[in-house]
Amino acid sequence: MFPFSFEWIWDMGHVVFMGGLWYALTIIGLGMTYCIIKAALDTLKGNGDHHH
Amino acid sequence: MDSALIPKGVKRAPLWQFILFLGAPGTVALWGVYAMLLCWFKGLNQTNMNDAYGFALWIWADLAVIAVGGGAFFSGLLRYIFGKDVLKSIINYAVLIGFICYSSALLILAIDIGQPLRGWFIFWHANVHSMLTEVAFCLSAYFCVLTIEYIPLILENRQIDKVPFFHKLGHNMHEIMAVFAATGAFLSFFHQGSLGGVAGVLYGRPFGFREGLFIWPWTFFLYTWSAAACGPCFTILVTKITEKVTRKKLVKDDAIEFLAKVSGWMILAYITAKTIDTWYWATVTAPSKGFALMDFYSNNPFYGIWILIVEVVVCGFVPALILITAKGRKNNKALWTAVILAVVGVCLNRWVMVLQVLAVPVLTFENWVMYIPSWQEIATTILPVAYGIILIAVSYRYLPVFPHEAELNPLEPSTAPEPESAAVELPVEPGQGLIPAEA
Amino acid sequence: MKKDKRYGMVIDLDKCTGCGSCMAACMAENNVPFREDESNKLLSITWMRVYKLTNGKPFPETDVCYLPRPCMHCGGQHEGHSPCVSVCPATATDYSLKTGIVSQIYTRCFGCRYCMASCPYHARYFNWWDPVWPDGMEKYLNPKVSPRMRGVVEKCSFCFHRYQLAKEKAYIQGRRELAEDEYQTSCTQACPAGAITFGDLNNHKHSVYKDKKNPNAFRLLERLGTNPKVYYISSRAWVRRAGDNYLRNEAKPAKAVQHG
Repeated sequence: MFPFSFEWIWDMGHVVFMGGLWYALTIIGLGMTYCIIKAALDTLKGNGDHHH
Repeated sequence: MDSALIPKGVKRAPLWQFILFLGAPGTVALWGVYAMLLCWFKGLNQTNMNDAYGFALWIWADLAVIAVGGGAFFSGLLRYIFGKDVLKSIINYAVLIGFICYSSALLILAIDIGQPLRGWFIFWHANVHSMLTEVAFCLSAYFCVLTIEYIPLILENRQIDKVPFFHKLGHNMHEIMAVFAATGAFLSFFHQGSLGGVAGVLYGRPFGFREGLFIWPWTFFLYTWSAAACGPCFTILVTKITEKVTRKKLVKDDAIEFLAKVSGWMILAYITAKTIDTWYWATVTAPSKGFALMDFYSNNPFYGIWILIVEVVVCGFVPALILITAKGRKNNKALWTAVILAVVGVCLNRWVMVLQVLAVPVLTFENWVMYIPSWQEIATTILPVAYGIILIAVSYRYLPVFPHEAELNPLEPSTAPEPESAAVELPVEPGQGLIPAEA
Repeated sequence: MKKDKRYGMVIDLDKCTGCGSCMAACMAENNVPFREDESNKLLSITWMRVYKLTNGKPFPETDVCYLPRPCMHCGGQHEGHSPCVSVCPATATDYSLKTGIVSQIYTRCFGCRYCMASCPYHARYFNWWDPVWPDGMEKYLNPKVSPRMRGVVEKCSFCFHRYQLAKEKAYIQGRRELAEDEYQTSCTQACPAGAITFGDLNNHKHSVYKDKKNPNAFRLLERLGTNPKVYYISSRAWVRRAGDNYLRNEAKPAKAVQHG
């Protein structure tokens, strides 16, 4: 999973597979971080538009 | 009593009735949990698996729930990426069903492994060449995506929504849902495919083995395609059942019809590809290893050629042809038949690709081995169904799962102010003289 | 540079009497667990298992052959792509390019059993129970082999601990190479008929090197492409044909398959 685990090899398989996985996880992580931080900032600003 | 939590503009049964309704699935779930604990504490000797059947009912259940859970990613793709707004009516429910399917799959996997406490090794010591590694990674990551898609719905609960932070969080998540949906589709493509690869790469098992493209056997593509094709049928089926049970129309016809139409064409394409794949496998791949087609379907008490015919014709071409015709989609009975057949078909495909693969003797001096699951295996496999019913019931009661429910079921002015006393949601067995949802 | 080792076995089925000594020796050597009731063979752990084959003909043409089946230590089509090694999600089974031996790391295995599904020889076994030894027997366990816990897969290791011991001994004596008799599996040594020979298939000094080229030598399920390292010899054509699957109208293999 990580380059420091001993079965890790810098080959095409690892780069493509783990690259794809970490790419997806990064998008999910960044997406959620963005939502939470923006929600927190908006709440602090207090512009409470309460409608969808 | 809990009326403050119930979405505005809709009617729900009184709390006591709701709790009573949860009794049946709750009892089944407890039975399943008991069996699960037996498996965890006493080990897999509680099952009827053996050294010929290392994979059995559970792996089938995993493959099946993930296949039928494919409705979530496919509807998400259509709604958020291709902008099919007609699906707005059903997308929340598709996500909820997907969430139930995927959490069930993860639970079953956690019971299925011999050393559950070492489950994380699959991530930590990952062998990137194993199809199962790809399944584990993408499945877990996609489950995160489904959770992210389900959270905004929870945040829309009347009371939670009053908290400004949660309101804004839900709003923000809606805003970038396309990003999550795209990631989910990407992950789904790979884990659905890898599940197909699980049997397809077994070059020591001529019944499962398929040639393919680069590292991916043809089953990789067939599984992704079949999940996208049959998953929406399961979404429609569960929606129809929910409508029967609640005796309400919950989803607009155009959403169901659109999904059914897309599903129909997808199934037709899939089953055509599946037929070609089967033909090539039967005439080229298997004979090259010394097996004739009928070797896989004879000399045993269960696996006859009927299973192939049922899968491809009865549960493949028949539902596809019903769903691609406007007449078939609009006819309630035909629609029911088609979605049930499609769901059975994809489950049957997963069954043969797990169980029959192992049943077929490969060494010439071995025989077919049959298998009947133990009650512990059955209970833990039914557990997700019970859990699913409970989660659907709770979500339906407290969350605006069906955005068009209020519009489709306008409240009579007299009952509107007191939702608590309006007893409507009586759980009744289907077929007890209910008004059909379409009527 | 010396060629890498490819340890393998040649089993002469004309010599095998089906006595089961190899199975017993294997169980004792490798601390293979057993239960009081071993009547269900689908739950028995037998790293080495002797099959009984018959030609299916009525008396007086009936013929019987006993076939001992250890792990085949498959190399696969490109070396190391064994059916089981390629599928293990946690890298708990490994193919050694130095010895050609397929190992199983018990403490790494989490019991998904994908390797069992992949193995056409049924050479892999799952520990459905924790091992329980009859009173006092734990004193007779082999200290060189770790017993396995419930929930993991195990299989024949070609007595790899014996290889390690032999290598250590050779190292202390300042040698790099092992003589043929320095590393032998317990089943090989236990066979009273001398039906099993073991050694480096790449080393022309080892008898397996010569025996694998016997015109009557064959391997099990070669057509699948598993590339096993266990060879069988039989002078009987029906036994050789039983080693693989053939279509009904397919001609008998003209000659037992040759391997370089």
